[in-house]
Amino acid sequence: MPGLRLHLAVAVRSFRRWSTYRAATLSGIFTNSVFGVINAFVLLAVWRANPGAGGYDATDAVTYVWLGQSMIMTIMLWGGGAPSDLAERIRTGDVALDLYRPVGLLSWYLAADAGRAVFHLLTRGVAPTVVGALLFDLRYPDGPLTVLAFALSVALALLVSFAVRMLVAVAGFWVLDSQGLTMTANLLAIFFSGITLPLVLFPGWLGEVAMVLPWASYLQVPADVWLGQRTGGALVGGLALQVGWAVLLLGATALVLRAAERKVVVQGG
Amino acid sequence: MADVLAPARPRPAAVLRHARTYLRLAAAWVRSSYSYRLSFWLMVLSSFAVNAIEFLAVVFIFANVPDLGGFSLREVAFLYGTTGVPMALANLLVGSVEDLGRSIRTGTLDQMLVRPVPLLVQVCSDRFALRRVGRLGQAVAVLVWAGLFVDWSPAAVLLTLVALLAGTAIFFGIFVGFAAIQFWTADAAEVANAFTYGGSSLTQYPLTIYPRELVAGLTFLVPVAFVNWYPALLVLDRPEASGYPGWLGLASPVVAALVLALAGLVWRLGVRHYRSTGS
Repeated sequence: MPGLRLHLAVAVRSFRRWSTYRAATLSGIFTNSVFGVINAFVLLAVWRANPGAGGYDATDAVTYVWLGQSMIMTIMLWGGGAPSDLAERIRTGDVALDLYRPVGLLSWYLAADAGRAVFHLLTRGVAPTVVGALLFDLRYPDGPLTVLAFALSVALALLVSFAVRMLVAVAGFWVLDSQGLTMTANLLAIFFSGITLPLVLFPGWLGEVAMVLPWASYLQVPADVWLGQRTGGALVGGLALQVGWAVLLLGATALVLRAAERKVVVQGG
Repeated sequence: MADVLAPARPRPAAVLRHARTYLRLAAAWVRSSYSYRLSFWLMVLSSFAVNAIEFLAVVFIFANVPDLGGFSLREVAFLYGTTGVPMALANLLVGSVEDLGRSIRTGTLDQMLVRPVPLLVQVCSDRFALRRVGRLGQAVAVLVWAGLFVDWSPAAVLLTLVALLAGTAIFFGIFVGFAAIQFWTADAAEVANAFTYGGSSLTQYPLTIYPRELVAGLTFLVPVAFVNWYPALLVLDRPEASGYPGWLGLASPVVAALVLALAGLVWRLGVRHYRSTGS
């Protein structure tokens, strides 16, 4: 399958491209770790005052914080990654070159983003978790199956976040200034992913709604898999939610892209 | 280059002149960003909303617990506001210093060095982002709300105002001091975030939730505890909560002066160390 080899090559080069920023990676790890410490102490205080809040115990809560810090860059929770490159290329018109290639735009950028994600997982994912493990008592997956399910859940988280970021980027074909859209998307992700506060602490119906929105796939579902909060039917349900959003959003992105290819007039000579 | 490296002895007149230059440079950037009105207002809104979300998280926390580290929602809101406002002011005035690394990489810092305006004034006003008033608006709103429940006396009002000013100066120093690291490693901009935004995040909560060693660090090493914690304990009449003597709440201006002096020193060392990227 030549297509697979091509996409692998794209992913590897994207990995290498990101790996050149060494000082930036190190300083990012440092900052993730500092914020991990801050958030861990805040949540520890919450669980001291209410030991069973949200169905977690204190160890779960602290582990959640460090998993969150590890996911920020891995799935580009705050936006960015390969879809940002596309957005810039749409703005400048360079996207015309991309459209000439005998490869689908979606799979090309997905491969690039996957390569980046692997780099960020290995550096800014693993390192803060190690720091967290050294400083705090963490909960670890209780078996190889849980590890496997977690890995799958993280991959699905990347797919969903990629699809959302792509939709925003592709909107640039129609909207000249997509800043407003980008910001709205980022705000929603920051709030509803549970990076600011675990979704299990959201009050009442808001918590229930947040649990089934696409952004729950970003952090809450993978974290619950890791923590053993989702087993059996709940585990399948969580993964199904992620698969559902991934299929739906990637499908929507593919449709929008096809429409864009038909109508777009690239600016400039 | 000699005059650039010579320690500037700020005379009142010179300071005033530099402030005027700063304002003029900043105003130019405001005009340029305001020509995209919709974008500008969206950015202000977003800056407001990001921080509003953060405070909403605090409110949600209190849906789960009666108090946090022995402090009520209103007290935490007061702490949030009294660190939020100084952070937002410092962020507005000198936040651009974070982008020092970019000026170094692209070489625009060299252009700045040959202009007859202090480098710090130019770097801080470079790409001045008025959109950051969104953050300020949010912090002021929280502070005003929290203030409704404070038992105000003239002394408490004075203490709060002094703390807000001193806190701004402390964050100002932390922004400049840690941004200066980029003179050595232009890519490591994010390290500073841990101290600037990290320092402000830490002090949004009562420091009673942190281990004693960390509080000592926030008091003696990176003294963000003086931005709001010690003064706020006096205003909220909770001097016993910190485990340190209550008069520390009056020391913020002194600490601010120390931080500013140290930041100035680091900045000057950085400028001296700076070698252009060349060609």
